[in-house]
Amino acid sequence: MPTLPALSSNWKSLLLPFIGLLFVFGLFTALIYAFEPDNLSAFLSSRNAKTVITQTVIVGIGALGMTMVITSGGIDLSAGSTIALSSVACALTLNAFASGGDPASIGALGMGVAALVAMATGAATGAFNGSVSCLLKIPPFIVTLGTMLIARGTAEGIANQSQVRTPENSLQNFMQRNPDPEWLIFAPGVWITIALLIGVGITMRYTVFGRYIYALGSNESTARLCGIPVARTRILIYTLCGTLMGISGVMSYAFLGSGDPTTAVAKELDIIAAVVIGGGSLSGGQGSPIGSIAGALIMTLLVSGCSMLNVPDYSQKIIIGFIIIGAVAVDTWKTRRQAAS
Amino acid sequence: MAEGVASVPLLRLNAITKSFGPVQALRGVSLDIRAGEVLALIGENGAGKSTLMKVLSGAHQPDSGSVEMAGRPLALTCPSVARRAGIAMIYQELTLAPHLSVEENMTLGMEQTKFGFLRSQSEKVKAALQLLGAEDILPSRKVRSLTIARQQIVEIARAIVSEARVVIMDEPTSSLSGEDKQALFRVIRKLRDEGLALVYISHFLDEIDEIADRYTVLRDGESVGQGLVAESTPESLVEQMIGRTIDEMYPRPDHDTGEVVLAVKNVQGTSLPRGVSFELQGREILGIFGLVGAGRTELARCLFGLDQVVAGQIELHGGTEMNLSGFQPIKALTGGLDYLSEDRKDEGLAQNLSIATNTTLSAIRKTSRFGFLQLDEEKATADRLAEKLDIRCASTSQPVSALSGGNQQKVALARMIHHDSDIFFMDEPTRGIDVGSKHEIYELILSLAAAGKSIIVVSSYLPELLGICHNIAVMHRGSLSKKRPAEEWSEQEILLFATTGKHQPSSVAP
Repeated sequence: MPTLPALSSNWKSLLLPFIGLLFVFGLFTALIYAFEPDNLSAFLSSRNAKTVITQTVIVGIGALGMTMVITSGGIDLSAGSTIALSSVACALTLNAFASGGDPASIGALGMGVAALVAMATGAATGAFNGSVSCLLKIPPFIVTLGTMLIARGTAEGIANQSQVRTPENSLQNFMQRNPDPEWLIFAPGVWITIALLIGVGITMRYTVFGRYIYALGSNESTARLCGIPVARTRILIYTLCGTLMGISGVMSYAFLGSGDPTTAVAKELDIIAAVVIGGGSLSGGQGSPIGSIAGALIMTLLVSGCSMLNVPDYSQKIIIGFIIIGAVAVDTWKTRRQAAS
Repeated sequence: MAEGVASVPLLRLNAITKSFGPVQALRGVSLDIRAGEVLALIGENGAGKSTLMKVLSGAHQPDSGSVEMAGRPLALTCPSVARRAGIAMIYQELTLAPHLSVEENMTLGMEQTKFGFLRSQSEKVKAALQLLGAEDILPSRKVRSLTIARQQIVEIARAIVSEARVVIMDEPTSSLSGEDKQALFRVIRKLRDEGLALVYISHFLDEIDEIADRYTVLRDGESVGQGLVAESTPESLVEQMIGRTIDEMYPRPDHDTGEVVLAVKNVQGTSLPRGVSFELQGREILGIFGLVGAGRTELARCLFGLDQVVAGQIELHGGTEMNLSGFQPIKALTGGLDYLSEDRKDEGLAQNLSIATNTTLSAIRKTSRFGFLQLDEEKATADRLAEKLDIRCASTSQPVSALSGGNQQKVALARMIHHDSDIFFMDEPTRGIDVGSKHEIYELILSLAAAGKSIIVVSSYLPELLGICHNIAVMHRGSLSKKRPAEEWSEQEILLFATTGKHQPSSVAP
């Protein structure tokens, strides 16, 4: 069985994003206490905690995929569009199963197939990104920029430029703040995110494939020298990332209750920000799935805290912008100090 | 020459030390640089020459020690202080802006303005070029249209325009032809006669003999010797550089070679190499020498599948022939070949990953089961190899970047040993590392060969090849000479072939 030496030696760097999360939480508690004391109990309520956690799901799952891509030295700008495309694919599949608008006709099979179709759509998009980038030797920034438009356009096209409504089905309950049954405490989507976090965490830390992700991002030339199948590994990384965007798309469908081709616009930027706040390095070789989830939570908490403070929307954006720069500054400073010691 | 020179040195360095993390780059360097004199700073790669340069240019601050300019203390806190004090640097890699003109480059950072508009300084620029005997370089020419040698002249002229009193040149002839080299030497002599102090950094002893008045030897970050060039011999300089006699530095292989394990047939790269064939025997250490650009690195990279091969085959252990076109490192590794990159930083090692990760990366299946890493086993493997190769580190979970050059190279070698191929290509295995580690690596190469590995050492440093190899072959413009036992080559013969592609008339059978 794998043991945990790598984990124990890195526990400080694993903890750091959560210290950041606690800091943001403490800061907003203090600010709300000082300026909007009436909202304090609402901010600290379990209801708000559930809201924040549930709202983190879409970006969080995306960030797990993006963590692999960024750690391998790549980038995926098509994430938001892929989420939208997958959510539309999910809704269309559900409608294909629904006979005559009868909700009961969808059934478990229909929902299962819809989720799989969404994941396959994401996977195909990711595989396209990885293959084109590797085989035609185009930087992933450019390829995924193109895919961002291709996927968005495809989503709008197959959705006939409008929301794809579906009959009611229990897939729509996946993002309910108060789940049914109640003993679940959190929405099924949250549990799925946790399961995916564990899966991606183990993959990156304890598998040969995960080691290849780090090696590719740290130095692709070294990876090639060591006989790592560079192209195959990269294509697999993007495909897995796309699959996770597909799952995120299912959650997006569940959250909105319909397949929306215009959803998740610019979501890739939130996702990338979450990875970076969580300790991922855009130059590759560094990234932590749990850090990225912490990063995603920080971003949702910021939005929630700001609205409780009655800070207007535009200020929230400014604050998040500074947080991203600050997180990277702290990380750079840390790395430099390590190098000096 | 040194006559009539003021007794107070223009620039004096006193016991300068500088560390980068665990690596002590300078352990106490003292230098006297005098006006009207060329001081040669000599030492092997990794001796601390470039760090010393960076201290002098103000890019790095020394940890201790003092600098005096004309008898007064000088704190070189940043590059602009050094420039204002009159210290100019001519780096190996030129630092000109290719899209700007000669004049713009020469006055960059020293622009003079009138009412906010640039004022022409062409008089000054022309005077500087004239002083260097290069009045034919037009100040309005774009720098990128000049040859490297001319660009270097512009760079030196820039130092004159900035009224430099000390000009430091780092390996200035590394990219120059023989004729351009002589032109540069004329410029250096002119500057010396003008009363400037020059520091000439090089490890080419013949150049030093030709151009320098005085020398200081650096070894492992210390100044270990100095004197007048006229009173030294090449042998004495080499011994000061390596800190022991040549015989002690290079262990000789005393084992015999075996059957042919690798036959290389007519390997043709996209430009280099051009149709190279040779055979490598079991337990053989084969040295491949060549000048920069001769194609020695390309040959090794072609054989390992890193560079594209147009034509050529290899035959391993007398078995079936393999076509090299479409060859990949992954195939080479499974076929029992391995390659040590000449570029540890950008290719050889994943710098921000741990020693353990780097050690096991090419044979990761040995420390994993069903795709899952066995981190305990991995660490045990890395620890064992680190101890065997005496890799000095706090723990094998440290990133490789925290190690000194010599220890990094040992990590790269540990990876080869762990992968356990039969045939090793080692490209510049001792480049940029300290003398102590060099000696250890020579010993390691010998013990690997004695234990059954066949090793090709590619190097541009002749003494080490003559020292540790059974046989040596020389590359010239992509072609490889016949391999001959190291004892049968003389240094002159090797250099003759490397520079002309011809054997000495006497050695060619009529």
